[in-house]
Amino acid sequence: MSKANLLNRRDVVSALLANRKDVVAIGGLGASTNDICAAGDHARNFYLWGGMGGAAMIGLGLALAQPKLPVLVITGDGEMLMGLGSFATIALQKPANLSILVLDNERYGETGGQASHTSAAADLVGVAKACGIADSRSISTMAEVEAFARSVHDVAAGPRFANVKVDSAEVERILPTRDGTYIVNRMRGDLGFAPI
Amino acid sequence: MLADNKTSSDWPEAIYSTLERFDVRQVPYVPDAGHSRLIQRVLGSSTMRGIPLTTEEEGIALMAGAWAGGQRGVLLMQSSGVGNCINMLSLIPILRFPFLTLVTMRGEWGEYNPWQVPMGSTTQGVFELSGVQVLRASNAQEVPDVLQAAAAQAYNALTPTAVLLSQRLIGAKVFTK
Repeated sequence: MSKANLLNRRDVVSALLANRKDVVAIGGLGASTNDICAAGDHARNFYLWGGMGGAAMIGLGLALAQPKLPVLVITGDGEMLMGLGSFATIALQKPANLSILVLDNERYGETGGQASHTSAAADLVGVAKACGIADSRSISTMAEVEAFARSVHDVAAGPRFANVKVDSAEVERILPTRDGTYIVNRMRGDLGFAPI
Repeated sequence: MLADNKTSSDWPEAIYSTLERFDVRQVPYVPDAGHSRLIQRVLGSSTMRGIPLTTEEEGIALMAGAWAGGQRGVLLMQSSGVGNCINMLSLIPILRFPFLTLVTMRGEWGEYNPWQVPMGSTTQGVFELSGVQVLRASNAQEVPDVLQAAAAQAYNALTPTAVLLSQRLIGAKVFTK
């Protein structure tokens, strides 16, 4: 099912996190959460194994709580489609340190590769823009991915959104920890918060 | 009676004070008439941020992120919104963040609109099946104590808690005289 000229999702996520510094990365349910693990486990990785549709909102809560930290949500088209309203909620709050990137393979890859709405009709960049996220763009080259990765560190100019069409070919499964309490407490510890 | 009336009209302020005392910073909400005064108070606050949602489950994910980033939240919604939250409620035991929600009830005590009744009738059951403890305030006098207990167990003991603010407390919505 792979098409020519589409980017490889692992290459995209590796480029996004290659020079991450203090970035907090949230991976949406599905392959995206595996992708951020494949780029290297990190105390500031928030891996979702459930809560479909919630990745962008977890990003908003984190971004508002930590306005000086770059917060990057990396999720898939299906996960984002389930939380489209969060574009409107985020646009209203204008979190300058929040970036969202969708790895758009036009498929529900975890459930058998069924076509998603972005394969034929839905335009996530258009939705994000129309909801009020002015800095919303479609990305198709690694140079643009690298530029987006640099912009993530500008915590005064967000929110920003990018949609990247990626190859729907299967990639090796690299599974992160699925212990949610560990994930959250490890991140809190890294941000300087003591256990309750 | 005058004193009672004053107390009655102050219950949203009592809620606000409790939230302030517990250092709640993020207040996601879907508007409801019963929450309107509290929402106004939050939007005018220098320490709390009111965050309008398009649907209630957004608020649960937001609160998980807030906690990962070191802040406490509270979710304000109406009983009909509880059904929208069900799958997202699974984040609470999995991520173990403090969860407090204040729910204004519809579909009970003098309800006019039959469409509110099915969800209003199952609100408490939905929470309990989802692992959220339910407390209820039926009149203005008990609001401060119920809020104090709910906030204490939610934020200190990480006991997921919903406070149902009964329609008897907020007053049934009037459609016809």
